[in-house]
Amino acid sequence: MQMYKIVEKINLAPQIYLMDVEAPRVAKSAKPGQFVIVKMNEKGERIPLTICDYNEEKGTVTIVFQVLGQSTIDMAGYEVGDYFTDFAGPLGEPSEFIYEDIEELKQQRLVFIAGGVGAAPVYPQVKWLQQQGVQVDVIIGARSKDFVILEEEMKALGAQVYVTTDDGSSGRKGLVTDVLKSLVDGGANYDHVIAIGPMVMMKFVSKLTAGYDIKTTISLNPIMVDGTGMCGACRVSVGNEIKFACVDGPEFDGHLVDFDEAIRRQTMYKTEEGRQMLAAEKGSHTGGCCGGKH
Amino acid sequence: MANIARIPVREQNPKKRVTNFEEVCLGYSLEEAVAEAARCLNCKNAKCVGQCPVAIDIPAFINQVKQGEIAEAAKIIAESSALPAVCGRVCPQETQCEGKCILGIKGEPVAIGKLERFVADWARENQVDTVTTQPKNGKKVAVIGSGPAGLSCAGDLARKGYEVTIFEALHEAGGVLVYGIPEFRLPKETVVKSEIENLKKLGVTIETNVVVGKTVTIDELLNEEGFDAVFIGSGAGLPKFMGIPGENANGVFSANEFLTRNNLMKAFREDYSTPIKVGQKVAVVGGGNVAMDAARTAARLGAETHIVYRRSEAELPARVEEVHHAHEEGIIFDTLTNPTEVIVDDKGWVTGLKCVKMELGEPDASGRRKPVEVPGSEFVIAVDTVIMSLGTSPNPLISSTTEGLEINKWQCIVADEETGLTSRERVYAGGDAVTGAATVILAMGAGKRAAKAIDEMMSA
Repeated sequence: MQMYKIVEKINLAPQIYLMDVEAPRVAKSAKPGQFVIVKMNEKGERIPLTICDYNEEKGTVTIVFQVLGQSTIDMAGYEVGDYFTDFAGPLGEPSEFIYEDIEELKQQRLVFIAGGVGAAPVYPQVKWLQQQGVQVDVIIGARSKDFVILEEEMKALGAQVYVTTDDGSSGRKGLVTDVLKSLVDGGANYDHVIAIGPMVMMKFVSKLTAGYDIKTTISLNPIMVDGTGMCGACRVSVGNEIKFACVDGPEFDGHLVDFDEAIRRQTMYKTEEGRQMLAAEKGSHTGGCCGGKH
Repeated sequence: MANIARIPVREQNPKKRVTNFEEVCLGYSLEEAVAEAARCLNCKNAKCVGQCPVAIDIPAFINQVKQGEIAEAAKIIAESSALPAVCGRVCPQETQCEGKCILGIKGEPVAIGKLERFVADWARENQVDTVTTQPKNGKKVAVIGSGPAGLSCAGDLARKGYEVTIFEALHEAGGVLVYGIPEFRLPKETVVKSEIENLKKLGVTIETNVVVGKTVTIDELLNEEGFDAVFIGSGAGLPKFMGIPGENANGVFSANEFLTRNNLMKAFREDYSTPIKVGQKVAVVGGGNVAMDAARTAARLGAETHIVYRRSEAELPARVEEVHHAHEEGIIFDTLTNPTEVIVDDKGWVTGLKCVKMELGEPDASGRRKPVEVPGSEFVIAVDTVIMSLGTSPNPLISSTTEGLEINKWQCIVADEETGLTSRERVYAGGDAVTGAATVILAMGAGKRAAKAIDEMMSA
């Protein structure tokens, strides 16, 4: 049985971990915008996670996750040298820009908006573009200084990075939408906004950019089981169509996504999750959630 | 002999079994099997064989059972079928082998399926070695998907000396046998796992977590990984929905999701982490075997369960045995009923299923009488969970990433019926990926035919 070894573990921020995992097949095929499904052990859940980076030579894939439910609590307990039993991917469609003409991309003005742990899926996109010579801006938003992740890494790629925190402990005080608004109002002529982070953030970014008429891409992280289009748990209304986030997405046009429905669908197993966490506290269960969390 | 009644097969009591996930049918004992086998007329021109998609020599194996030579019977079945313990349980025998049994004209046909199951289980329990393999020939074949089509194709090729690797997208091998068909119809540990172990003993390698089309492409397998041929048995995995209002509400699931959580992810077991939502009252929309599986699973998880089907009970596409078992287990059949809307509360959760009554009109293209709405007959079934079981279609992950692979308007891969050869050289396909959702045994038949064709192509 093939196993997937953890070769690096970094505590990026409170309750946010980065891991490099040996998965040569995934490392070889991964592209910006895609995700993986990780299963810790025989009885664990299939957890969809963002791909933060990949290294074909080393055969490793970098994942970043936030501790949110029992499964991610258990996952945070894994150390370098431990193994995941399953690591499937890369899943989903890559970001659309990788199919675009590089010279045309260079003419465009792109801004990424990374909310909290959403900086992880933004990173490989910024890396890919900067390495192709496409200059991008990045707005990182977080609760406070401690929760700002990957800021230095994005700067090292040559991106123009703006930081904003809820309490003003790093960068400016306020929301990512405030930063975007002041940049646009200040004359930044953005052609494309790519926003990845909490659902509410993506909803309000999309609302703002609709007013400015700027093309907006968001990345969804719904509940899913298989990640290959089989279960339909990740279905989402986009315009007048029903899409499966796992195979049609995870990235969609932010102006067409029904965010309220998507937010509601994320709560599907909340009661079960709570019950399992209570059981786990009593030491009788290793439960968790089947909610996909970037 | 012919007028002896069919030996009944023992089953778990319905009241008891609806509280557990153990197998419903308990199977024949040796004495019962021998007695049932004695009913077979051993026809010279046996009609049953021609109805079997893998052409098992049915009279020959039954004749061995009659004489108590079960190991010999197992060897005869093994010549034609790689998964007898599975097929003995899930094949629609009533429309295949048993449907043409001479005894069936005046009475009940020989219980061929139950005898096959008995032989396969006996052979497993008594470790009968039915495996015969030819020496390795150094040629490599990739099989995509570890469901019935892939397993039978891989088994046949491995026996002929090929080096076979199966690529499975999920974390466990078995395809629909593992994620779709519930434990109470097809035990996973004893039956499915042991069939897969047998394949591994033949030298078949199974690589899980490989989503072909994403993790690796067909072209990479052929051009970079040195496979001489590829067989696609990726099934029909995409669930269909009705397109009615409220279908995205919390509490509406595809049968695929509901069954996968319970079967593959074992939500019914306390020691697994998988959550499942069943609620108090469930409506399963659809009338096929998958709908019966979903309904009977929901009942076992404690819900009052309704089957909502737009035609009458006579038109149910599910096997008669499954419908019978569902009735016994207290499933309520709301037939001639068609959903028009999922009723949702202010938080987006299901509170009911709005339906309209139907009546049967003229026969349609499928030969079944077409259901027509009865005007003004709208009513609401109060439920908190709706499970959509309307069939599935093939997944485009492979066809969309394999240049030159022809598909039809239903997204099915176009393949030659006899050989499974697709529009691409060295690429074969079979099972639900080609036909759309069908049965385990038809997929197995397609896998076998493709294995034969691949062998002939490579030996040419």
